[in-house]
Amino acid sequence: MEGSISLAMPEGAASPPEPVLELRPNLSFAARNALAARDVREGIGLWRLIWKLGWLDILLRYRGSVLGPFWLTLSTAIMIAALGFLYAKLFHVNLHAYLPFLALSIILWNFLSTLVSEACTCFTQAEGTIRSIRMPFFLYAGRMLVRNVLVLAHNLPVIAAIFLIFSVWPGMAGLYVLPAFALWLVDGIAVAFLLGAFCARFRDVPPIVASVMQIGFFVSPIIWQPTTLSPRWRPLLPINPFYTLLEVVRGPLLGQAPAPVVWLSAVGYSAAICGLSWLLLVRARHRVAFWI
Amino acid sequence: MASISVRGIAVDFPLYHGSSRSLKKTVLAAASGRVGKDRQHRVVVQALRDIGFELRSGDRLGLVGGNGAGKTTLLRVLAGIYEPVLGHVRIEGRLTALLDPNLGMNPDLTGRENILLRGLYGGLSAEATKRLEENVQAFSELGDFVDLPVRLYSSGMMVRLGFALATAMRPQVLLMDEWFLAGDAAFMEKARARLEDMVRGAEILVLSSHVIEVMRAWCTRVIWLDQGQARADGPAEQVLEAYLGYKLPPLPPLEAAALPGAEALSGAAAHR
Repeated sequence: MEGSISLAMPEGAASPPEPVLELRPNLSFAARNALAARDVREGIGLWRLIWKLGWLDILLRYRGSVLGPFWLTLSTAIMIAALGFLYAKLFHVNLHAYLPFLALSIILWNFLSTLVSEACTCFTQAEGTIRSIRMPFFLYAGRMLVRNVLVLAHNLPVIAAIFLIFSVWPGMAGLYVLPAFALWLVDGIAVAFLLGAFCARFRDVPPIVASVMQIGFFVSPIIWQPTTLSPRWRPLLPINPFYTLLEVVRGPLLGQAPAPVVWLSAVGYSAAICGLSWLLLVRARHRVAFWI
Repeated sequence: MASISVRGIAVDFPLYHGSSRSLKKTVLAAASGRVGKDRQHRVVVQALRDIGFELRSGDRLGLVGGNGAGKTTLLRVLAGIYEPVLGHVRIEGRLTALLDPNLGMNPDLTGRENILLRGLYGGLSAEATKRLEENVQAFSELGDFVDLPVRLYSSGMMVRLGFALATAMRPQVLLMDEWFLAGDAAFMEKARARLEDMVRGAEILVLSSHVIEVMRAWCTRVIWLDQGQARADGPAEQVLEAYLGYKLPPLPPLEAAALPGAEALSGAAAHR
């Protein structure tokens, strides 16, 4: 017995009931629903692993470089500075009003757009692990989300600096960012399940998603302000899910509590995404291993 | 008590060709109302057909068969990775599947970081992870290399680390794919005792291998898989003889009794 150890609980009184793995096809919706719920529950239980994997993704990307993950901060800062210079000199825009808006918009949009594009590959990239060990699929979705939240966190100093320079202070309205960001996190997991599974099955979807996101960038008020839109069209803005989902986080940070209709739209679209995602998870969770 | 119950399972691999996999084809098929037909006529590889067996504590099952016979697929079903399209699988007990030698191993991380990561994958407590670290470090003899990135390791060190990690757990149900017995000779010598210890500690073993001597020594029962179906199922000697097509020489009684599998594993080492 030398050279080996028991990593499990000691045998006897305190040992937990043995885990049971049961697989059968043609389950009822309720049974599959329970399995999907279990996937999420067990996945959340692995939060330490998810956090670690997300961190490692960032660290390894920059391992060996002097600045490490702060390259994220620096490259964003350079981009914002260049944009500010460009707009001030070329277009004679009033930077004081515009640059905080632009910086915040671009950083938040980059988060959303990278999240969506990485959601497409969150299962296919984990192919090796999925094929060699049974793990909750939540693990792969969570890892992608953590990674992107950490990238966003590295860009926060840039926003803070811009706000300081232009003395923008969100005030109490800024507190609305908390529920809004929680909504983003839930949506992030939902999008990862939805696109992760869908893109594993249909390899044409990632390019489609990429072009949809690009269109979303131009049709949404990200580099242009909503107020530049003619009053005739402005009431239609909340139809655009990209706008309302962005605005619930951006508005409070700029000191404007989003209008109820914006909230309604953002929550409505989120509910739709979560609903679709859950249906796909219930229906296709057991098939993903065959698709990747 | 660990147990495995497999009843009449079938596993199909859908073949998604470049074209049939695309959204275009599915959308077009849906538009022309051929989805149902398409689904029935979908090209699938029948990886497993009508496989059934019951294993209880103490059972040692071997899987033999040519390449593509379904051995690894069956192990993956038992590990809960592929879910069958027909039949029923029920497994009781803590399970470890040794399917991928480099499971979760990241070449850019140091040896120690990889060990900690594996502890997290296994859901181990901080204390158990500490023990895992000590155990793996002692066995793999990495010395100071444990704090260097794995990609700097020699291939021998890499194998030692992977093996030490995989065999540190003491599962009730152990699933082992054939790669595990394919180490280099000098390493197998060292690994033998540890592997045997793990096998002996497991209540149920399911092993896939091409090495007949290992099968003979370790398995009490063998299933011969052929094109996804069980061609024979029974006592190890009997099925192996049918599979090989010749009578096996009797095992040397002394060695077989003293160290099951020892001779088989060090067989390669003897050639040195």
